[in-house]
Amino acid sequence: MSPSPLLSVTDLRVGFATEGGLVQAVDGVSFDLRQGEVLAIVGESGSGKSVTAQTIMGLTRSNNSRIEGSVKLAGEELTDADDAILRNIRGERVAMIFQDPMTSFNPVYRLGRQIAEAIRAHRGDVGDDEARDRAIELFEAVGIPDAERRVDSYPHEFSGGMRQRAMIAMALALEPEVLIADEPTTALDVTIQAQILRLIEDLNRERGLATILITHDLGVVADTADRVLVMYAGKVVEQGTLDEIFYDPQHPYTWGLMGSLTRLDRPRPKRLPQISGSPPSLLDLPEGCSFRPRCPHEFAKCPEVPALESRLSEAPGHCDRCWLSPEQKREKRQVAGQIGLEAPA
Amino acid sequence: MLRFIARRLVGMALVLFAVSLIVFVVFNVIPNSPPAQRLAGKNATPVLVKSIEEEWGFDESLPQQYLTMMKKVFTNELISYAPRISVEDQIVERIPATLSLSIGAGIIWLFFGLVLGYFSALRAGGWLDRLLTGVSIAGISIPVFLIAPVLIYFLTYKVEIFPNAGYVALTEDPWEWLTHLILPWFTLAILSIGFYSRVLRSNMLDVMNEDYVRTARAKGLSERKVMTRHVLRNSLIPIITLFGLDFGATIAGTAIITETIFSYEGVGQYAALAVANTELPPIMGVTLYGAFFVVFINALVDIAYAYLDPRVRLGSTAS
Repeated sequence: MSPSPLLSVTDLRVGFATEGGLVQAVDGVSFDLRQGEVLAIVGESGSGKSVTAQTIMGLTRSNNSRIEGSVKLAGEELTDADDAILRNIRGERVAMIFQDPMTSFNPVYRLGRQIAEAIRAHRGDVGDDEARDRAIELFEAVGIPDAERRVDSYPHEFSGGMRQRAMIAMALALEPEVLIADEPTTALDVTIQAQILRLIEDLNRERGLATILITHDLGVVADTADRVLVMYAGKVVEQGTLDEIFYDPQHPYTWGLMGSLTRLDRPRPKRLPQISGSPPSLLDLPEGCSFRPRCPHEFAKCPEVPALESRLSEAPGHCDRCWLSPEQKREKRQVAGQIGLEAPA
Repeated sequence: MLRFIARRLVGMALVLFAVSLIVFVVFNVIPNSPPAQRLAGKNATPVLVKSIEEEWGFDESLPQQYLTMMKKVFTNELISYAPRISVEDQIVERIPATLSLSIGAGIIWLFFGLVLGYFSALRAGGWLDRLLTGVSIAGISIPVFLIAPVLIYFLTYKVEIFPNAGYVALTEDPWEWLTHLILPWFTLAILSIGFYSRVLRSNMLDVMNEDYVRTARAKGLSERKVMTRHVLRNSLIPIITLFGLDFGATIAGTAIITETIFSYEGVGQYAALAVANTELPPIMGVTLYGAFFVVFINALVDIAYAYLDPRVRLGSTAS
């Protein structure tokens, strides 16, 4: 591992003032990201994973948002940086791929022009022709056939998968250090999903990027990630390496996510397993552990918030927020011979 | 793109054909009295009525009558009978006045509407936005027949800033042309300024939430570029449609009240006088003229639209 992290997020808190009160969308998230690494942030809708990612780029700044904590890119603090400094970082050093390639391009401009716009925003001296040539190179790099002609296409002339490739091409235009992929495969067909993930993985390795992959799909995580952060109701509830999370998950919420995966290599369950209940409203969080109302293993200690710490002597980097002892966890997570969250009584 | 334009022009011809049919039916077929009597106007002599009947061929079949009417329209033989003057000459003579009024007003309302709407949207919720909202609603609410006399009273009679009424040709005296037009321009534009700024503001607020605007920010574009190239540019598309409809309608006749109040010798005033004197041929002529401009401007707008929004060019959505 390289000595110092490229991106370092410490105790990040993002709140939004709403009519109902302050919504704490992200509540004390910390993680480090190193070059060449793929970090997956996993969680349900509303768990704060996208807000975390957008806050890194300063995209959540507004009159009604409250941002606390620290985001450091190669040692430089971003949370209180000037808009001008942030603008230089966006696209140039940190680039983002969005969930829905259908709506993430402006429909009225040619794709090549939108890529050129990104280049020209940071390199004023690059001419139109040069920017176009660069767009063609990028299209080739992300596997868009007939790039020479296709850069002059409009977004509506592309299929979803091709559009997401174009989106990735645009993100790579300025050779960023950090790539944030916010649910890059959610809007795509399953067959295309695998291609796009492989592309992101390859680019990450070839170009020495550091990638944050945001998803709610554990299948995507298993394919791509090196390390995993599981978020629930704005907090990180478990973090560790891919193997730690998949083979020795410590938090009941993670068990629930694993249990709801359907696997082709196991007998088909009568009903698809799910985590009962729904995520809490961020305006009205339960006292203590946020997952408590949905957790079948709740006990006397749960009304107190558990710290995010390692409870395993053999894996100091594998942290979770659950009061159960590791022995209890290993016993309780066995449901019908595999990891899962048992249905509430 | 060329195919799109060609298709649009064919469509335009078809619409105009339909309009001429409707005009023919409304004026010459439906009314339950001899059409020649009505065309002749008030106090017409039996001799005149008789000659009109022959001239228009009212004893022939309806298709033949339609062809006769259209032949008159195209060969400058549509004349009003009270004073025997060619309708077409009258309209053509007055078109420069009406175009001066409508085009100027159109530019003014588009410009102020867009500027006010843009800044309202940028400062949505702030004091500037609230002020502009109030001004816009006032502008929308004040009717032309109120604002025009008020403007004339204060700015022409009380303080003699602007000359009283009339139209001076641009070729005759550009300065007089301008000063005679300022009040009518603003009278005509004020309603639309309010309306357009409201529409642009709400379009922009919608577009600001689009994913591609977030993408533009994430690329590192400056806020000004995000607002102009992405938000404003995409918000203009519906505005153009609206402008086409309104501008066509202004040339075709919305200006009637304004022209009448300012004693402005344009096509609208001509139509108003014809109605007052129950002269049918001029009304017919003005109706066809109005239809032509509405349809023509809308064809132009559709072509502009296809330029602004590439998705329209696909063909299936074009009418």
